[in-house]
Amino acid sequence: MSMSVLAGRITDTLTTTFGRLRNVSDTGTAVGVWGLIGALFVWAALAETQLLVVGIIVGSILALGAIGLTLIYGILRFANFAHGDMMTLGAYIAFFAYISGGSIGPLSFGFGMILAVLGAAAAIAFVAFASDRIVFRPLRLRGSSPAILAIASLGVALIVRATVLLLWGPQPHRYVSGIQFARDFPFDTKIKPDQIFIIASTFVLIALVYLVLYRTKLGKAMRATSDNADLARVSGIDTDRITMWTWWISGALVAIAGVLLAVQSQLTPDMGFSLLIPLFAATILGGIGSPHGALIGALVVGISQEVSTGLDLPFPPGWGPGYKPAVAFFVLIVMLILRPQGLFGSKS
Amino acid sequence: MEGLISYFITFAIFVAIWSIFALGLNVHWGYTGVFNFGIAGFFMVGAYTTAILTKDPAVGGSYSQYVGGLQMPFYVGIGASALAAGVLALLIGIPTLRLRADYLAITTIGAAEALRRVAINERDLVNGTRGMIGIPAPLRDVVSTRSDYYNLLFLGLVVLVLVIIYVAIERGIRSPWGRVLRALREDETTVAASGKNVDSFRMQSFVLGAMIMGVGGAMYAYNIRAIAPDTFEPFFGTFIIWAMLIVGGAGNNKGAILGALVVWGIWSGTGQLTQRMPDFLEVRVFYFRLLFIGMLIVGVLLLRPNGILGEERRVSIFVEREARREARKAKQPPGP
Repeated sequence: MSMSVLAGRITDTLTTTFGRLRNVSDTGTAVGVWGLIGALFVWAALAETQLLVVGIIVGSILALGAIGLTLIYGILRFANFAHGDMMTLGAYIAFFAYISGGSIGPLSFGFGMILAVLGAAAAIAFVAFASDRIVFRPLRLRGSSPAILAIASLGVALIVRATVLLLWGPQPHRYVSGIQFARDFPFDTKIKPDQIFIIASTFVLIALVYLVLYRTKLGKAMRATSDNADLARVSGIDTDRITMWTWWISGALVAIAGVLLAVQSQLTPDMGFSLLIPLFAATILGGIGSPHGALIGALVVGISQEVSTGLDLPFPPGWGPGYKPAVAFFVLIVMLILRPQGLFGSKS
Repeated sequence: MEGLISYFITFAIFVAIWSIFALGLNVHWGYTGVFNFGIAGFFMVGAYTTAILTKDPAVGGSYSQYVGGLQMPFYVGIGASALAAGVLALLIGIPTLRLRADYLAITTIGAAEALRRVAINERDLVNGTRGMIGIPAPLRDVVSTRSDYYNLLFLGLVVLVLVIIYVAIERGIRSPWGRVLRALREDETTVAASGKNVDSFRMQSFVLGAMIMGVGGAMYAYNIRAIAPDTFEPFFGTFIIWAMLIVGGAGNNKGAILGALVVWGIWSGTGQLTQRMPDFLEVRVFYFRLLFIGMLIVGVLLLRPNGILGEERRVSIFVEREARREARKAKQPPGP
């Protein structure tokens, strides 16, 4: 038996075994995954309340990014690797536009921040739209495959990152210097006023997105395009207009996510890129094209990442908070094995 | 003059090593359409495997902690690197290769980063962030101590490895096996309908390309002689290699090598310029180059989607032989 035949046999056996595993009934895997998620929430609430709170904060920031990513993925059908760096650029534009001074109640920043956030959202909405007009639209019109668009998005990501580095340098920045003290809350948790602001504003934004997507004609058309682009087009939906709105909405959301992330920690040139895997994990977990899936996926990824730092695992031997960035990858792999179409995705 | 020659030898070594990676990526993306965004993972596994097998044992203490240090000959390092990268590809491929193409891109980029985390956090596995220093140079005792001569010898070794890989891919891709891979890239359903096991062929391509990347990692480790988790960040580990293949032309082995030459030429050429620049520009030159690579990827995809050379139209030893025979017949004057 020649080597290649042998190799073929081995890979055959392995892939069919996995195929069988995956063909367990659809409801079976759905129940299993929901069960795991439920168990994670309950366990985190009981054992690691403080980390659960931080996880919800990180998760809600991730959700703003993941909703945009899933809309682009669902409607334009490609994985946009520039999404993370758009988040970075958004945070830096707010850094540029922020006029310091004063503070709103107990928050660390003043009303200048509200203006800066709005400015960043508008700017990134425009940059994202421009990236489509200059790069993605011409490729789409030529009939390029989703993979080519994904590679192009990598080029866009590098351009955006280089711009950030050229304008603001590699060193970290902060909107406001100084330490903010956390307040005591029930169940032995400590939360900073800024973090309450983050959670509140993400949930207001998510509610707004929900209203747009489920209560307006535009949103209905967007969801229809995401479900089946050809069917949407023959039903008379102006897909060009839908595309435009997709970029504006996802650009604005990811810019705000960037600002909130930087409020929570600090600004670094790779802050957005390093979130790509959590963002994609959230998107795939929820099912591509599903906004509420992205929200749940983002919360699961955010909570898993934070709660994992409280675990004391025997393996790997060097286990510790340094592994946090690998947790999203682990969640992604588990999901791809159990239920690759995601929680709310279609089976195709 | 001396300086110029040694510069060019060093430059050629780098181009040859990047070419190995570009050829591996060409097997994945160019020929099979396997969408690997995590070259860095295979690169890293190859480089660390080589370091573990060929280095001296760790001295211990807090500055030198790693497994292995087996002092094996350099070719064992190369072979084991290929094997290790192949196993990694198998592990990643089993859950993801059957899914949508871009899931593999996301998974590989994630795997590369997760592996980097392992290298950083498992301090006594591969010496953590301090990295592996003093990887022995292959065949160092063969030539006199002059480093120029040695570099020339090392260049010969890298080129030899490159040529072997190049010839092997050319033979493979021009065989029926290679044509299945290309058909797979174009239309999976048709291939499946012709009775080929799509998953198995795709896995073979993924493992083979990853093994080539593992060899690239080994050669990189021998060249730089010091590796650390920073070496394998996504930009140098993955994106610059994609730029090379896109610029040269996916689906063309000569294109992959040409792309490595062009992109590395631009990269290291602009690096040389920095010494003559005012300070405020010099510190920013890296970012300009980053900007340039990004624009290169986007520009080529928009303006010349097939790269400089483009894909070869015909890939079959048999058809090529026939075509040559026909051409010869046409040239000869009709016999008596």
